[in-house]
Amino acid sequence: MRVSVLLFASYADALGPGPVALELPAGATAADALAALRERPGAQRLPPAPMLAVNQRWATAATALRDGDEVAFLPPVAGG
Amino acid sequence: MSGDGVLVRDPIEPAALLARVAHDAAGAQAAFFGAVRDTNVGRAVLGIDYAAYEPMAAAELAAIAGEAEARWPGARVAVAHRIGTLGVGELSVGIAVTHPHRAQAFDACRFAIEAIKTRVPIWKREHYADGTREWVDAGSGAAVPAPAPVG
Repeated sequence: MRVSVLLFASYADALGPGPVALELPAGATAADALAALRERPGAQRLPPAPMLAVNQRWATAATALRDGDEVAFLPPVAGG
Repeated sequence: MSGDGVLVRDPIEPAALLARVAHDAAGAQAAFFGAVRDTNVGRAVLGIDYAAYEPMAAAELAAIAGEAEARWPGARVAVAHRIGTLGVGELSVGIAVTHPHRAQAFDACRFAIEAIKTRVPIWKREHYADGTREWVDAGSGAAVPAPAPVG
């Protein structure tokens, strides 16, 4: 499957804002997308367990992905 | 349960936000506004860039307004968060709540700002007097170190 990864704020500064297209095996989870992302330059900026969203909803590393999903890795939010 | 929550680029107008929730049975009108502060962790701040994962942030703001109305029946809630570059004193976030009674109006308003702080994907990059700009780490309130250049 192919998923699209978005990055924001300090993560975007380190890795580029994306979208990054990742090719993942069937049955992949958000953790697998994160592992693939860690191969890229700048990935040392990502913490061990970044917050993430799948298709614009809060999700976890265990969230199963489907072809075409939008996965976003989100720094700690700082609105307000 | 989606309510009146929006992401905006133009200045937040307090009177206009309150007008969205005012009605004749609302004996209480509570509001909270957050503004850009001139210092953070001891450093002089000249302005802040607010960035968002825009579609998700807009959806979360609307969901928070809807949840507040569901949790405090009779409340009407309007929420706006601004993105873009703001100067000191400009409003970054606004919440207006009406209810027949003040306790519920205050409580729903507090709920909304605390929810915004924890679950709306918005980030801020502070501009300092020395010309540098850094993303703020929400956990500590302190700026995060700039990353090493890519490549």
